[in-house]
Amino acid sequence: FKSLVGKDVVVELKNDLSICGTLHSVDQYLNIKMTDISVTDPEKYPHMLSVKNCFIRGSVVRYVQLPADEVDTQLLQDAARKEAMQQKQ
Amino acid sequence: MHASDFIYTTYIHVIQGTVAIVTSDGRMIVGTLKGFDQTINLILDESHERVFSSSQGVEQVVLGLYIVRGDNVAVIGEIDEETDSALDLGNIRAEPLNSVVH
Repeated sequence: FKSLVGKDVVVELKNDLSICGTLHSVDQYLNIKMTDISVTDPEKYPHMLSVKNCFIRGSVVRYVQLPADEVDTQLLQDAARKEAMQQKQ
Repeated sequence: MHASDFIYTTYIHVIQGTVAIVTSDGRMIVGTLKGFDQTINLILDESHERVFSSSQGVEQVVLGLYIVRGDNVAVIGEIDEETDSALDLGNIRAEPLNSVVH
């Protein structure tokens, strides 16, 4: 995730709210701080109109949508495979 | 990086500022952030809840000062004073937020 800081992502939360913005920082709990946010989906969620920066608790994130070309999926697959093997041992 | 550093550096400049908290049960509460800790327990002053429905503008002063337990916090948003005062809350009609489903 740390390599994605500065990129635009869409975070979908467990309460169905989708927030689009620039990834500012991430921590070990996968809490996310985003700047310059806007609500992607039909703006039936106007609650965030006056909010530009926000902090999202890791436990409420359902998905993080990334542009496909920012992620080297091969590298990610290899890394995930290695971690899974390490955990089995 | 120490875990507590993250939120500390993140929000140290927002203390005394106005924030919008979205809770895990789908409520939105606006107040002045007085303090917080690693588990995101928050101390909020002059908090009022913004209830959205077919006829908005219903704001209740929930409690002047209270502590919100971190478990129940979903999102903390920095409210930009200018934009917020430009918002005509009486004119906004919308569905209430959903609560968080794990």
